[in-house]
Amino acid sequence: MGNRCAVIGVGQTEYRTKRADVSMAGLVREAALRALEDAGLTFADIDSVVLGKAPDMFEGVATPELYLADALGAAGKPMMRVHTAGSVGGSTALVGASQVQAGVHERVLVVAFEKQSESNATWALSTHSPFSASLVVGAGGYFAPYIRAYIRRSGAPGNIGMMVAVKDRINALRNPYAHLKIPNIDLAMVEESMMLWDPIRYLETCPSSDGAVAMVLASERAAEAAHAATGRPPAWVHGAAMRSEPMGMSGRDSVDPRAGRDCAADVYRQAGVTEPRRQFAAAEVYVPFSWYEPMWLENLGFAEKGAGWKLTEAGATAFEGDIPWNPSGGVLSSNPIGASGMIRFAEAAQQVRGQAGEHQVAAAVDGARLALGHAYGGGSQFFAMWAVGAKKP
Amino acid sequence: MRDVAVVAFAQSAHSFSDLGWTEADLVMPLVNEVLGATGLKRSEIGFTCSGSNDYLVGTPFSFVAALDTIGAWPPIAESHVEQDAAWALYEAWVRIQHGDIDTALVYGFGKGTVGDHVGISSLGYDPYYLAPLVPGHVAMAGLQARALKDAGFDVDPDPTPPPATDGAAAVILAAGDVARRVCSRPAWIRGLDHRIEPHGIGARDLTRSASAALAAERAGVATGPVEFAELHTRFEHEEVLLRQSLGLDEKTVVNASGGPRKADPIMATGLIRIGEAASRIHDGSAARVLAHATAGPCLQHNLVCVLEADSISPEGKR
Repeated sequence: MGNRCAVIGVGQTEYRTKRADVSMAGLVREAALRALEDAGLTFADIDSVVLGKAPDMFEGVATPELYLADALGAAGKPMMRVHTAGSVGGSTALVGASQVQAGVHERVLVVAFEKQSESNATWALSTHSPFSASLVVGAGGYFAPYIRAYIRRSGAPGNIGMMVAVKDRINALRNPYAHLKIPNIDLAMVEESMMLWDPIRYLETCPSSDGAVAMVLASERAAEAAHAATGRPPAWVHGAAMRSEPMGMSGRDSVDPRAGRDCAADVYRQAGVTEPRRQFAAAEVYVPFSWYEPMWLENLGFAEKGAGWKLTEAGATAFEGDIPWNPSGGVLSSNPIGASGMIRFAEAAQQVRGQAGEHQVAAAVDGARLALGHAYGGGSQFFAMWAVGAKKP
Repeated sequence: MRDVAVVAFAQSAHSFSDLGWTEADLVMPLVNEVLGATGLKRSEIGFTCSGSNDYLVGTPFSFVAALDTIGAWPPIAESHVEQDAAWALYEAWVRIQHGDIDTALVYGFGKGTVGDHVGISSLGYDPYYLAPLVPGHVAMAGLQARALKDAGFDVDPDPTPPPATDGAAAVILAAGDVARRVCSRPAWIRGLDHRIEPHGIGARDLTRSASAALAAERAGVATGPVEFAELHTRFEHEEVLLRQSLGLDEKTVVNASGGPRKADPIMATGLIRIGEAASRIHDGSAARVLAHATAGPCLQHNLVCVLEADSISPEGKR
């Protein structure tokens, strides 16, 4: 893991269908300035900038770090651009953290964004490449068969996905940045919504959002200085890992991917986690379609294989449950794709910093328990995760 | 900092026409070649990082297909930059500094022959004010060439681009004793730094490269003579500018490999500079070399890597 690393500043934009009031540069700068303000710093204090987002076709801007260097105060500094599909927000945080853990930099600004209103993600995901046929299905059509396989394997009741959709949308009501806010949401409303990709209904899928998130990551010395200056505690990185596996390998289990299990095992080993459900106070997990909550509950070791849905059904993952999943409302409530993974990482950090506001999980602030940030992407093949805590590792 | 070296390098037989090879076809033989050269098994690689650009072939996630070929099973610790793979090498070098892993595989690939370069390069510029004008990389380079000409440099103010190229490259990095075990003459990375400048060329002095100069300073270029330099010069006028900004004198041989003018597989071109420079150490023909990679209009973003042989003695100098 190298040197200690901590989150000392978090900034998010409001997530909306269309942020017509800002350019792409304005959007990322809004998040960056809020993160710097939280850390009590300015751009001048930053050593390095790491930018992440999903495919460039989502906005129609290639290699946007070149254009965004000015807005992110990167001139004269190193700047990286990470792209690891849907997991990119998480990967971007880890690439930034790596620079601190390596002892290369003291303070790194990591930023992730998507301005989906500039283009059309389902079109961008469905273009016909010169070498392979396009299915023209977007992400929902791609993942629906995996979900059906999960339901068949686990014997889960058909309403579990709808329960997740209701839970995460109720959580979003406590999050000022959340995109979707549906105050009177209930199971009946979800069930009545249109079936998009069987078994995924309209209200069981994530929105398309404009938005950006930024974090300031710092060395131990810089984190202690920021804590003293702002009074806001850092979130210490206890474990961090990435794992990838091939999309097209026969025999791989795309419902319960080994890369996800291995990635979690690596993070848990670093953080000393042997009982995730007990040792984490909260988890922010990439759930773009409702059924991915029970699927990831199993993949991440919070439940035995085939039993993830029972935690959801029993309310264990609700805000008042023993292990709240996505107290922010999650990807189901806000989805600027390239930023969605980093939002998970940032929300996990805010929980252990005690800075999550109305969706603060009380058990996360005493320092005894950790919070998990998780992202996945591609054909359920790219994973990035971290475990953060209020105490130094 | 841990001592980390380039211990193996391979590149494709670059092509100026589309031979029908996919990115995966380009990458896989090179991965096998660098693994074979070091005797390392796939399972011994601690971290993998690649660089590519989705727009070259007009499809999202072009790096996913390449991952299918490198044997990512059991699952590997892996990441990707949408930048030249020289920046993937930087990320891998940083990762090795943590101390828990000793090796990394880096690769980059580009199918330049199937896309419209003026259109694609323009999409990499400010999307509101510059990209709609579709200036393209050649016209932007022309502005810099003209600025240099007007400032008294002996350059052609009407630059021509290198031919579109398909190709790929792969490098293995190794630390300390592992590097010595798998390579008879490791090319030690003694300095590695990169810096970006404002995007708007009106905010820059185009007759110098402030970011290349700063990266060179941070990488310690001036602490010794540079025998060979591999520079990411896609246009002829960039050599004189970079020689000046990097502090290279007339004794430094630039682009002995032929350089990007002879083979420019976008997103691998910068990594090839590092590989070619390292090869001068590997074959014993040099003791201290420099590699440079760039991105963006008019050399906006510059990376500098200083590589050295195990021991630099006066006898070792050419």
